[in-house]
Amino acid sequence: MFEFRLPDLGEGIHEGEIIKWHVQVGDVVKADDPLVDVETDKAAVTIPSPVGGRIVRLGGNVGDTLTVGGVIAVIDDTATEARGAPKAAPPKPLVAESAPGKPAERPVPAAPATRRLARELGVDLRRVSPTGPGGRVTPEDVRRFAEGGRALAPAAPPEPARPAPPQPPAEPERAETEALGRAATAIPYLDLAPLPDFAQWGPVARQPLRSIRRKVAYKMVTSKILVPHVAHMDEADVTLLEEFRHRENERRRGQAGAHLTLLAFVIKAVTAGLRATPSFNASLDPFKDEIIYKKYYNIGIAVDTGRGLVVPVIRDTDRKSIVAISSAIEDLAKRARDGTIEVSELQGGTFTITNVGPIGGTALIPAINYPEVAILGMGRVQEKPVVREGQIVIRKMLPLTLSFDHRVADGADAARFVSEMVRELSDPNLLLLET
Amino acid sequence: MVMGSLQEETEVAIIGGGPGGYVAALRAADLGKEVTLIEERDKLGGVCLLEGCIPSKALINAVEVIESARRARDFGVTFSGLNVDLAALRQWCRSVVEGLARGVAHLLQRRGVEVVRGRARFESANLLAIEGGEVGAVKFRHCIIATGSRVQPLPHASDLPLWSSTEALQLPEIPGRLLVVGGGYIGLEIGQVYAGLGSKVTVVEAYPQLLPGADYDLVEVVVNHCREHCFEALLLESRVLAVEKSAAGFTATIEYQGETRTGEYDQVLVAVGRRPNTDTIGLEHTKIVPDKRGFIAVSPEGRTVEPHIYAIGDVTPGPMLAHKASREGKVVAEVIAEHRSAFDNRAIPAVVYTDPEIAWAGLTEREAKAEGIRVKVGKFPLRALGRARTLGRTEGFAKVISDPVSGFVLGVAMVAPHASELIAEATLALELGASLEDLLVTIHPHPTLSEAILEAAEVAAGTPVHVPAKGET
Repeated sequence: MFEFRLPDLGEGIHEGEIIKWHVQVGDVVKADDPLVDVETDKAAVTIPSPVGGRIVRLGGNVGDTLTVGGVIAVIDDTATEARGAPKAAPPKPLVAESAPGKPAERPVPAAPATRRLARELGVDLRRVSPTGPGGRVTPEDVRRFAEGGRALAPAAPPEPARPAPPQPPAEPERAETEALGRAATAIPYLDLAPLPDFAQWGPVARQPLRSIRRKVAYKMVTSKILVPHVAHMDEADVTLLEEFRHRENERRRGQAGAHLTLLAFVIKAVTAGLRATPSFNASLDPFKDEIIYKKYYNIGIAVDTGRGLVVPVIRDTDRKSIVAISSAIEDLAKRARDGTIEVSELQGGTFTITNVGPIGGTALIPAINYPEVAILGMGRVQEKPVVREGQIVIRKMLPLTLSFDHRVADGADAARFVSEMVRELSDPNLLLLET
Repeated sequence: MVMGSLQEETEVAIIGGGPGGYVAALRAADLGKEVTLIEERDKLGGVCLLEGCIPSKALINAVEVIESARRARDFGVTFSGLNVDLAALRQWCRSVVEGLARGVAHLLQRRGVEVVRGRARFESANLLAIEGGEVGAVKFRHCIIATGSRVQPLPHASDLPLWSSTEALQLPEIPGRLLVVGGGYIGLEIGQVYAGLGSKVTVVEAYPQLLPGADYDLVEVVVNHCREHCFEALLLESRVLAVEKSAAGFTATIEYQGETRTGEYDQVLVAVGRRPNTDTIGLEHTKIVPDKRGFIAVSPEGRTVEPHIYAIGDVTPGPMLAHKASREGKVVAEVIAEHRSAFDNRAIPAVVYTDPEIAWAGLTEREAKAEGIRVKVGKFPLRALGRARTLGRTEGFAKVISDPVSGFVLGVAMVAPHASELIAEATLALELGASLEDLLVTIHPHPTLSEAILEAAEVAAGTPVHVPAKGET
């Protein structure tokens, strides 16, 4: 019997959510036949079967989370009966195996006291990585999960049961988790009281928090709690730039190559700005008390896929032309919406831009894509009356907001950064000369 | 009905003083709540204590002694002239019941629970009208409905003086011929009592099997014992079409596997089921609507659709068992005290006090089959167990039902003497999410009947010790 465990899927990914099964219990598969689609960090991966055989058990249902090392499926890969004497089946009248059916849908193995603790802490037992014997969830597992200690506790497979007398867990570990528990809950006025029963006031509909939506929830809470956000807002006069862009798009109509988007020009301007102000192309490591300045420029663009927000990354924007960047935007956005984008294309970003302009809005204050230092939000280009040399003229204005991490940069840096961008966007010739 | 004029206000009103109601009252009082318990009978304890669990087990104990005495012949112990003094037995059962009822009253009084005598009905979602007592009405912030269940009569003979379990357990007489209508646990237990006391007992059951909810292999052991030792006739797939009064007692028309026959009986025990007491408590003045069988739907916290009114015990869906009611009572008391409690028990054990006893907890083979769940079952026969031999009781077995891949225990069942006592280990195992390994690693004392569970787990795990392994004869 082969237990197929979820392999390491790539940098730092501990788990994936089951999106779709390609097999059922009882099916016979060949090696490399697709087994299951798993969504990890905003991209779906199809996992093939490593062996041929009959599917005996599936490791979870659609929507369940598989942790690296957890069982994806159990496959009976025995070609013949002889598999080793110790596994001989007991005598027929005393042991019966019923006809192949579905596995028992068991509740999560956990003692009553552990279940009560989970209820009190508002923890869903199905999401907790168990470390108890046989995959049982222990009270420590529940507490660790409640404190958000996922970053601390690696998804270790349960230890094999040993006939040793029960020992209390090592003291330092317990002290650490207890200390964290105090820290995590020592936020004044933080009220994690259970929600009221909304149904008492009228009809409600429920939907589980899954997939991209759930991942975004984690990212946003982390970003907003850890990073002191400050926003610097400005407007860029893109009248000349837009004239240029529209002319070029007219000229290039029908030709191969992408339609040029305003975003591509902004990316170029941002890249130039990042070179001048490296603080915004960095990450703060709070564990080592270090600022890591990145010497490469990978700009992430927020894409609304319809299933949620993903951020594909355009690499080395300092070495790409605006045309190439525009082409990359189109390609990545399309594949992000299709769900065919690779996980690697969502990684390695140093700075993020979110553009809600096409949809509308005068300004936004975006949330930083942790662990980056800053994010630029673009609003809608609007024709507005502005004052130039004492006269009121109509210009096309692009609202910009830079949200940045005040641990790493200050308001003056942000002002300088954004002012530079505004200057470069005000004349396409500057983009040609200076970027 | 006289209604008192006194209106009271309380924090928690509990309707019913049975194993659900009084346990909830004690827990709520311990958690600092002001509790008023309303009971219509003149003694506390509910059906369980007064006319169910307790008197039946007291009588079964007496009959067991008689049976043991008869069996003792096998080990060289004989009696001459075994007598049963019915009046003394009756009196003893009554004293057991009364002692316990006084005990419950005492507990409630010492915990500061106010007990109001009378029949409660909802006037609104916040007010109970009480009939037949000194208190006229009770206004409450929270209410727990624990009104229990009652016997369902035979529809076509409801005006005849037939026995229900209530009358039978008072031991009015030993009928020469007793007809038991209904082969569930009540009919079987009481039938065996009267058979042990000398009646000729016939059992009629509509299903093809006695104890319709239990796995057949467990029932088979009891049926074989009953056929040999106690019942005159066991009529399966049969129904009682009519009962009439006759000179000697009653004439019953029975349809037995397609044929109709009549029989003469001195008494008829009706044990065809129980229904929840939810039809006369004024629920129409609340938003609570029982289902068509009379049950009230509740959330895991025991709440009805009225968030401040709870229901526990036989009025809620699920097995009508006193221990379920008690657990629910504790949960609801904790919920009212704003603890994050819920009824999330993984197993409710079921026990049948026949001879031999049957007990099970968790998944049955029948359920596994019906739901298409793949299981591995390990069985261990008592004839291979040392303790069973020393008792001279080798009919029966234990079985452990497990998940074939993970080894987790899904269910345990036994038919054996004292199965009722032994099943608690299994219930604990199920609550803890135990695997076969947990069961078979645990040292069970020797020689005991509890070893049968360990051995059954070994069989399921493929490492049997006291029965042959594959390949051996």
